[in-house]
Amino acid sequence: MDEMEGTIKKFLYLNRRAPYGTIYALESLEVVLIGAAFDQDVSLAFIDDGVYELKKNQDTTKAEMKNFSPTYRALEGYDVEKLYVDKASLEARGLTEEDLIVPVQVLDAAQMTQLMEQQDVVLSF
Amino acid sequence: MKFGILVSEGPYQHQASDSAYQFTKAALEKGHEIFRVFFYHDGVNNGTRLTVPPQDDRHIVNRWSELAKKYNLDLVLCIAAAQRRGMLDENEAKRQGKDANNIAPGFRISGLGQLVEAGIQSERLVVFGD
Amino acid sequence: MLHTVNKSPFEKNSLETCLRFARQGHAILLYEDGIYAALKGTMFESKITETVTYCKIYVLVSDLEARGMRMDNVIAGIQPVDYTGFVDLVVENNPVQAWL
Repeated sequence: MDEMEGTIKKFLYLNRRAPYGTIYALESLEVVLIGAAFDQDVSLAFIDDGVYELKKNQDTTKAEMKNFSPTYRALEGYDVEKLYVDKASLEARGLTEEDLIVPVQVLDAAQMTQLMEQQDVVLSF
Repeated sequence: MKFGILVSEGPYQHQASDSAYQFTKAALEKGHEIFRVFFYHDGVNNGTRLTVPPQDDRHIVNRWSELAKKYNLDLVLCIAAAQRRGMLDENEAKRQGKDANNIAPGFRISGLGQLVEAGIQSERLVVFGD
Repeated sequence: MLHTVNKSPFEKNSLETCLRFARQGHAILLYEDGIYAALKGTMFESKITETVTYCKIYVLVSDLEARGMRMDNVIAGIQPVDYTGFVDLVVENNPVQAWL
């Protein structure tokens, strides 16, 4: 860890999959939580079906799976506050910001590209 | 240049592991450094020593082990993903009271921090998945 | 930056989404099932032909040939690379973003 001190990189977690149908959304979140301890400059982007990860009112009781959606609300406590949602993906799915479990910044394609270009590391899920 | 590699799928089912292997091998042959290959999601299954593929097919796990030996590669299986999928090293099997372990030579089990560290330490991180 | 696309555009929208964010000066590598987007005569040809005017597009030859295709089948302007070329693309571009 010593030699890493002072190194701050821009990490982007690129989430493009719906929750529960596959494990990617949950395991992506696990990296974010562990990664928070490294004090890097972290952003999360939600594109395509990834926007469904943030849908309010997830209830997995009958599906008998672990509901991990409250974790998105806990991210703030880990200093992970840069959550970006792709405007076109949201609109294509008939969703608005009000449907989402946490406050996000909605970006158009040009803004999202700019975010991507600034990154050092992109982890895709 | 120093690379980090993330492999998100298991052997055979998806091409991701093959692609990651070919990329890693090409990078090493060009004289680049591979800081770490991190296996996540079903990718942890690349580290089982129990696969028995047909004789006329490639042996994906052995291929990784051999590359690791030749270049002293760090092949890391995510512990959380490995536990979910029944991948255990000797210590973990003992700790969990299991009757077997199944990790191939050249692989080790460690935490997700190793992936983040690979992102920090490497000049490039390349993701192979599905 | 380098975008990698490894899924068939007929199966997944990864290519479509990638192209929505790809800009002047970016590089795109098509490999694995992503090579199907590089071929002439598909419904994606016009979009790729347009993109190749402002992005550099590459196709991984080993994956092309594995799938019964040759460079003759590939849209003009797309350049062939082998794995060494793939490595070079990663060296030349940062970040590398996988559209899975």
